[in-house]
Amino acid sequence: MRYLPKGAAERREMLDAVGAPSIENLFSSIPEQFRLKEPLRLPAAMSEQEIIEYFRARAAENSVGYTSFLGAGVYSHLRSVVTDSLIQRGEFLTSYTPYQAEISQGTLQAIFEYQTLMCQLTGMEVSNASMWDGSTATTEAVLMAERLTGRHRVLVARSLHPEYRQVLDTYTRNLGLRIDEIGFTGTGQLDANRLEGAITSETAAVVVQSPNFFGILEQIPRLASVAHAKGALLVVSITEGVSLGAVRPPVEADIVAMEGQSFGLPQSYGGPYAGVIATREKFVRQMPGRLAGETVDSTGKRGYVLTLATREQHIRREKATSNICTNQALCALAVNIHLCLLGKEGLKELAAQNIAKARFALDELEKIRGVRRSFSGPFFNEFVVEFPRSVKMINAELLKHKIIGPLPAGSYFSDLTKRGLFCVTETVSRAEIERMAAAIRDILAKPI
Amino acid sequence: MYPSDYRYTKEHEWVKVSGDTGTIGITDYAQHELGDVVFVEMPAVGAKIAAGKVFGTVESVKAVSEIYAPVSGEVTEANALLSATPETLNTDPHGAAWLVKIKLSNPSEASALMDAAAYQAFISEKEASA
Repeated sequence: MRYLPKGAAERREMLDAVGAPSIENLFSSIPEQFRLKEPLRLPAAMSEQEIIEYFRARAAENSVGYTSFLGAGVYSHLRSVVTDSLIQRGEFLTSYTPYQAEISQGTLQAIFEYQTLMCQLTGMEVSNASMWDGSTATTEAVLMAERLTGRHRVLVARSLHPEYRQVLDTYTRNLGLRIDEIGFTGTGQLDANRLEGAITSETAAVVVQSPNFFGILEQIPRLASVAHAKGALLVVSITEGVSLGAVRPPVEADIVAMEGQSFGLPQSYGGPYAGVIATREKFVRQMPGRLAGETVDSTGKRGYVLTLATREQHIRREKATSNICTNQALCALAVNIHLCLLGKEGLKELAAQNIAKARFALDELEKIRGVRRSFSGPFFNEFVVEFPRSVKMINAELLKHKIIGPLPAGSYFSDLTKRGLFCVTETVSRAEIERMAAAIRDILAKPI
Repeated sequence: MYPSDYRYTKEHEWVKVSGDTGTIGITDYAQHELGDVVFVEMPAVGAKIAAGKVFGTVESVKAVSEIYAPVSGEVTEANALLSATPETLNTDPHGAAWLVKIKLSNPSEASALMDAAAYQAFISEKEASA
């Protein structure tokens, strides 16, 4: 986009064109007491050299050389420079939503490939062109289930990421949707008996995350049969997509909502990421967003089209299936490229490495007196352990060793104090895991 | 073009009344305006529909449009042909591509609608002003 500078003469010309005596006059409809009287408190203009110096100084404030054991919805995975160099090509980087879709064959092909990969990963039949992120995709899946069933009650696993739950609550606050929570057992898995007791013929959906917030894998087939027995839909939310390299995809689910960040997107302060929503073909009309399809042109050559877009907000406005189905095309493209680079075998190997490292880390931690695994269920690359002391205190000590410790689970669950949620991915070496465990052993050995 | 025993709405639906049964569809003008129909969403058997209210949608390659009920009643049958071949709506909108049959709750409602001549005049006027 061109930057168009304007001076006093241009301002005057524009004011004359709209017939306004002054810029202040344009704000005359805003009552006097709400108008800002003094100038905005902004720093003075800087020269190019000053700006470069400023950002160098800020960059130098970054902490480097730390080993992190944080996950909980955002994951540290290796990324290839190939992904960044391809998505930065002008054809991809600068293009916006393809409203004249068929002109942009390359964009549509990339979306089509992404959708295909998402279906292969999740075991679903159709995927849309991507959503905002995992939390909004999960919420859209719930709204979709509400439209499909005509029911207005939802049962949500307590082990769903608490921030996903907040997004769900925000969206549905004024929609007359009733949300009830189902707890977990000692395995860390959803309490299926409680679910059976709570589900009724008015339940639209059962929402479960797998691996869940505690890293534990849920029993999807069983939960699906409980949901389906009452005519409810099963929504499976996935925050760690790499798990699908080892874990059986949730084929029994009706809608799968996933965060795509693990596939080639940097953690970067929480976004931008890519939300995935995939479902069964029979539900496609209630799926938000758009869908690219492959077809042939009049001469039989392969081409791509926007197969499903007529229920989008730019066409259907207030009657669209969703008004927040922003498509993260560039992030989805990064996911596509990353997965193509990894390949099927690469993804399996990556998942196996994550499992092995997380298991090793847990074994090392369990050797420490007073440290216990909190949940007995199967896990992928995250697990919760209980310490004899506060996790925040341990973390403060770990920082001195340049180790970013586990997430204090008590910050989200008041009944889980002294528990830390660890994430161990392929980016952490065996030596770093041993160093972390040794540091914790020393911290706990010291008197309080 | 427009069957003389049907009644028509300004939203381009038709209804054919026989006894207490009403057969409902969309007009040839409507299908032409929509373009290639790719999907028809209809109410379930047993659903109650009310005159002037939305009871289904027709999706074409261009847009999704609401279908308004010309008369009130309870759905007794939805045209299964349209789920397999929605394009029938483009070829036979007044015949094979009827949408639903309903048991009329107020058969007199139909008499308030346009007859074929009035509807023909209504769309001619629309086309002239377009």
